[in-house]
Amino acid sequence: MSQQYEPVIGLEVHLELHLPQKMFCSCPAEFGGEPNTQVCPVCLGLPGSLPVVNREGVLATIRAGLSLGCEIATFTKFDRKNYYYPDIPKGYQISQYDLPLCRKGSLTIDVNGKSKVVGITRVHLEEDTGKLAHVDDRNESWVDLNRAGIALVEIVTEPDMHSAEEAVAYLKELKAILSYLNISDCNMEEGSLRCEPNISVRPVGTSTLGTKTEIKNLNSFKVVLQSVQHEIHRQSAALSRGEEVAQETRLWDEAGQKTVAMRGKETAQDYRYFPEPDIPPLEISKEEIETARASLPTPPKERRKALVEKGIPDYNAEIIVRSQGYADYFEACLSTYNEPHKVSNLLIGGFLQELNQRGISEEDIPIPPEHTATYCRLSEEGGIGKAARKQVLAALFDTGKDPESLVKELGVSQVEDQDEIGKMVDQVIAENEAIASQVRGGKTSAIMALVGQTMKLSKGRANPQIVQEILKKKLEG
Amino acid sequence: MKREDVEHVAHLARIQLSEEELQTFGAQLESILGYMEKLGELNTDDVEPMPYAVDVKNAYRDNPDHSPLPRDAALKNAPQLDPEGKFFAVPKVIGEISPNQGKSGEAGS
Repeated sequence: MSQQYEPVIGLEVHLELHLPQKMFCSCPAEFGGEPNTQVCPVCLGLPGSLPVVNREGVLATIRAGLSLGCEIATFTKFDRKNYYYPDIPKGYQISQYDLPLCRKGSLTIDVNGKSKVVGITRVHLEEDTGKLAHVDDRNESWVDLNRAGIALVEIVTEPDMHSAEEAVAYLKELKAILSYLNISDCNMEEGSLRCEPNISVRPVGTSTLGTKTEIKNLNSFKVVLQSVQHEIHRQSAALSRGEEVAQETRLWDEAGQKTVAMRGKETAQDYRYFPEPDIPPLEISKEEIETARASLPTPPKERRKALVEKGIPDYNAEIIVRSQGYADYFEACLSTYNEPHKVSNLLIGGFLQELNQRGISEEDIPIPPEHTATYCRLSEEGGIGKAARKQVLAALFDTGKDPESLVKELGVSQVEDQDEIGKMVDQVIAENEAIASQVRGGKTSAIMALVGQTMKLSKGRANPQIVQEILKKKLEG
Repeated sequence: MKREDVEHVAHLARIQLSEEELQTFGAQLESILGYMEKLGELNTDDVEPMPYAVDVKNAYRDNPDHSPLPRDAALKNAPQLDPEGKFFAVPKVIGEISPNQGKSGEAGS
């Protein structure tokens, strides 16, 4: 019988804080920018320069820690993590080693209807590094230090996850919680939220941890899922062949859909941490912690619960609370049209599609919620013909006008008039005598074909219920 | 001090040492470490670690406005630049990975 293996997964997440200034100098901390134009002696690591702590970075980290249920350190310090690489001009990164700002938190995830608690080992504050561009034909690497020194929060879990699905569920929940804090863009594609899973496998029923590997270079939930699945499979297969798993860092190879060992394996990194002598330690007061706690938003999980209690399906609620701005927008729509389930269907369906197609963020919707709510009401109550709904929605985004004017302008209001529909039905019966006589003969299901023809004739504007009623009256007597 | 340890320290500092230097620095490191070993003679069981010599705490900056350096000034001491003068150019880092970033950016981006 073949041996079964259980994966053990921990996650390390780096979050780039969105603050006006860098962590240890006052350079602007914006994304992008012309290379090497947001730098100064401190973040270039020039001799004689001294880093000084940005209080906002500390507060943002405390808020992140609190929102993950962490204990906040009352005494904390920075340490130097030493290594030589061109993305770090000083030869060390200012980070935190043995006294991180936050520790011992947890986050609850739901996978396949089961709740599970993932332990958070620590949340600490450090500085981001510069960016390298490798130029093959010149055999050079080009260094841009705009990003060097931007505040970076690292969040480390316990090895509590046992499937790729759990890892992704953790990451999604974490991203939702963090994005509610407004401390980061939390954008995986642009690298403001980076995830590095570490994975090992062990024979089912044993408790000793196997040798782990770490995967880097993952920039979407999908890739996290695929790479962790692949890595579990690869390690289990190696062990069942009697081979060993090497402790190493691996990269996701998108084209080959597999993880690959990094080239040029080095001896284990030796960072020689020691306390950063340029930065005095920090004492965090109870008042500071309580002020930070009071500033925390209602977390996504609670908002989701509140929405479900309003009668919205779980699935809809989950999508709506993914972003705080979208959840707020949803609530705002309800004050115009208080039909939570119907509005939620719109917001996770056609409306979200328009946002995505137009590249509009859920945090930044240009349409007043009253218009969206009115549009939803008109669609539901028959003010807009079914076939024209998509057209009106697109016009809503294109023009910004209110939906009632748009329906008039576009001439797409639903036809409710009995006489008008009656005339169309007569025409359809005349043109489809064969089907009509089947219905008269008792084959009532055939009536739907006639409904379809009438809808077509009305260019989708007729109210389908009325069409059906009139057809029944005329054919079934 | 073991020869591998000296080689390891040299590797971490990204310096190459000749056979003769390995011997010289190895002996020097040995004597420095031996000297520091003296501290081990003290009983420090009840002594709190003291990471800082100066009694200062909570030194935050008040985020004054601050103009970054003009790029020319920032790149002035760079041994080498890219042809457009926007980046520091360094010998290509092959097969290594930044401990913090995973794979670095795409070529020429």
